[in-house]
Amino acid sequence: MTTVKKFKMPIIIGFVFVFLFFYDPSTAVKSSGVMWNYFKEMAIIMPAVFLIMGLMEVWVSKDKIQMWLGSGSGIRGIAISLFLGTLPTGPLYVAFPMTASLLKKGASITNMVVFLGSWAALKIPQLMVEIKFMGLSFAALRFVLTFFFLIIIGVLMDFILEENYMKEKINK
Amino acid sequence: MSIIVMIYSLLIICLVISIIKSKEKSKKAFKIAMKALLKTAPSLLTVLGIVGLTLGILTPETISKLVGSEAGYLATIMAAVLGAITLIPSLVAFPLAGSLLRSGATIMTISAFITTLVMVGIVTAPMEIETLGKKFTLLRNSLGFLAALIIAGIMGVIL
Repeated sequence: MTTVKKFKMPIIIGFVFVFLFFYDPSTAVKSSGVMWNYFKEMAIIMPAVFLIMGLMEVWVSKDKIQMWLGSGSGIRGIAISLFLGTLPTGPLYVAFPMTASLLKKGASITNMVVFLGSWAALKIPQLMVEIKFMGLSFAALRFVLTFFFLIIIGVLMDFILEENYMKEKINK
Repeated sequence: MSIIVMIYSLLIICLVISIIKSKEKSKKAFKIAMKALLKTAPSLLTVLGIVGLTLGILTPETISKLVGSEAGYLATIMAAVLGAITLIPSLVAFPLAGSLLRSGATIMTISAFITTLVMVGIVTAPMEIETLGKKFTLLRNSLGFLAALIIAGIMGVIL
């Protein structure tokens, strides 16, 4: 893949920004401000995340991941995925590369869907804010329903995506 | 801030143990990390750009105007779509949801907004596709959207 092709999307977005600066300068300034804030966050977090991932890939054996999070891990695997996901660990984009390397190490799709889903929807700090502004019953009900549906989505996806799909995609 | 401190403390602990145990393997980990970072860089930049654009255009004020105090299914669908598109930090999202609720939006509408906000990530999709594949991303987000609507319906009935 050529460099230009790889950066096709960022280049397109760059043009959108240029256009926006002429069309609606105040929105463009606001957008750039938001982008800069997120960029700072990403620039600080991502190198560390990728390094942790690299270390995990080198040190944690396939058997261990397979045992704890593989397709035979059952309820315990789901519980571990939920626990790991709810830990206060940062934005969702951090979770994608982690999920990819866990899948490569033999984690099941069901568990990884629960992991990603609870990372995005059931984080502990986020729940605190939710309880404060929406009330305990709202937060509790959403937690239970979301967890239930995450498992269903996970099982469905495990069923739909062929076993080899992830391996092919990730090893390519 | 605390997240950054946490991630870096974890990294430092792991790195020290790794280097003590084997320099070779630590070097390999660095190489893997470097390669993965370069590979995901374009999609990271894309996500950044989209986040900037959506948050610049769909500000909390715009969202509350769009969802408003209207009741009915249309408002709920609107809220679900807005939740799916935007990526708002929870410290902004929940106060916004709370104020919408007080200004007259239904529980169903607010639940739809919050559940799609956290379960569906259109903005982060480029990165999800890059790391986990198109099929996985499409399935996870579309099933998540459906589930979010069902959850909103149930919450509207119970609460």
